[in-house]
Amino acid sequence: MTSVLEQPIAVAATEAVASLNRITKRYANGVVALDDLSLSLHRGEIVALLGPNGAGKSTAVKLMMGLSAPTSGSVAIFGADPRNSQARLRTGVMLQVGRAPEMLRVREQVELFRGYYPNPMPYAELVKAAALEGIEERFFSQLSGGQKQRMLFALALAGDPDLIFLDEPTVGLDIEARRAMWATIRSLAARGKTVLLTTHYLEEADALAHRIVVIAKGKVVCSGTPAEVKSLGAGSATLAAVKIIRCVSSLPAETLLVSPGVVSAATVDGVTTITTSQPEATLREMLALDQTLHSLEVASPALEDAFLALTSS
Amino acid sequence: MSTATLTLPSANASLSRTARIFLNETRYEFLRLLRTRSFALSVIGFPVVFYIFFGIILNRAEHIGTISVSKYMLAGYTVFGMVGAALFGIGVGLASELAAGWLELKRASPMPPLAYVFAKCLSAMAFGVLIVSVLCGIGIAFGGVSLTLPVFARMIALTLVGVIPFACMGMALALLVPFSSAPGIANMIYLPMSFCGGLWIPIMMLPKVMQSFAVVLATYHLSQLMLRVFGYPSMGSVASHWFGLLGFTLLMLGIALWAFRRLEHNA
Repeated sequence: MTSVLEQPIAVAATEAVASLNRITKRYANGVVALDDLSLSLHRGEIVALLGPNGAGKSTAVKLMMGLSAPTSGSVAIFGADPRNSQARLRTGVMLQVGRAPEMLRVREQVELFRGYYPNPMPYAELVKAAALEGIEERFFSQLSGGQKQRMLFALALAGDPDLIFLDEPTVGLDIEARRAMWATIRSLAARGKTVLLTTHYLEEADALAHRIVVIAKGKVVCSGTPAEVKSLGAGSATLAAVKIIRCVSSLPAETLLVSPGVVSAATVDGVTTITTSQPEATLREMLALDQTLHSLEVASPALEDAFLALTSS
Repeated sequence: MSTATLTLPSANASLSRTARIFLNETRYEFLRLLRTRSFALSVIGFPVVFYIFFGIILNRAEHIGTISVSKYMLAGYTVFGMVGAALFGIGVGLASELAAGWLELKRASPMPPLAYVFAKCLSAMAFGVLIVSVLCGIGIAFGGVSLTLPVFARMIALTLVGVIPFACMGMALALLVPFSSAPGIANMIYLPMSFCGGLWIPIMMLPKVMQSFAVVLATYHLSQLMLRVFGYPSMGSVASHWFGLLGFTLLMLGIALWAFRRLEHNA
């Protein structure tokens, strides 16, 4: 099932900024979070680690940060151990944190983290990049979910790092704030920074990443550009020609489901939606059976469907 | 020569940056604790209220021979206060940051790990000094307690050192116990350890069995040292108390280290 696409040569030629080499991570309770996973990040690229909950995304980030040791395999950040202090000075991270110190102000927390680095991002620039204007004097306990997320984002950028890990960065953000964060992430990559983000928002990976690595149950399912991942979903053996058919038809779902190639069929508010791997045959049969069929629409599955098809099997 | 002149300024810069990290970490930890009203009020309030009741109202101007009861009890309640500051400030604070995933973010940052421990420890010391000063002030103002400046200075010095064993205990507690039960367990340790260590009732008045049990408690050793600062009768030798405190500290540090390794292993 594992099918890894060829890397573009220009990217493959540059040395990896960070890499996980054949990592297996087995927790003390026996759960295998990562299973022989390899991943490398190159300068200036945004990589999205995409997968359902429990796929091993956060574990991969923690291993790269040296917060957790692999059961087997090796991790290298700027060619060094991730716990190396020089490597940490060049790395910024945003983890899924339940709570920062509640009785410290946004400004104080940001200043504290800036102080960890020899050449931090200027305070004003940082506040602007993370959209913290106007809430700098608030205590963490007074922030909304989205504001908390933005403060954690600022802490990740505080040192103006070359490598940035963002674990589910846009959880709890409204659309506007999410788009603003995307813009910041894009501008970081444009400046030569490397960004690894985990997400289960498919739209986010599609909109933001140069490369998507889909993982499920601790293994890489596929990787490539968003377009490649989408075409891979559509081009794989079982999903050869999966199309989604929408129309207004009097045919009951039971009749459609027995038709060859139909994966699913349902009628909601008078509109019938059918997923089929043999769209031509399905259409011929439907048109023959129902003379009144109208408002026909045939579409390729979106990234979301390709992704779901890839990770569900 | 040229390498020396080149590396020296950068080494200096990194050293001064490290010093600044330690300082800022401590400043913000203290500020955070001070602003956390539930912590600041209870940790200062409890020993103050207890001392006012038992040391001042019940025993004001009371003397046994040449011993002022208010002053004798000051020794116990100052120790009670600093233990609370360390156990709750570090034990509960660290447990909370561990549970929230905040500690992980700190560890992933370039902050020297020692700065974190240093900040927590120094903040507990600062609260200890604050509590001891308030209690002394109350004793002098309302309990007829007299303290010379050298005696007060020695009390403060003992406070700074005395907080350390309980800071280690707080760390061990935070790393062993889940956050949800940390405050409860801290109380379960705090109150019995204070009573059995002779902080409320002089150790000589406790049953023999409890007196022999007290030697494993850092509260006992610290309060006996505090009584010696006053020149009041105390049990055991000075060396035995320092030895007891050191042993207690090493034991707690060992437990904390073991618990931390265990957490790291399971991470």
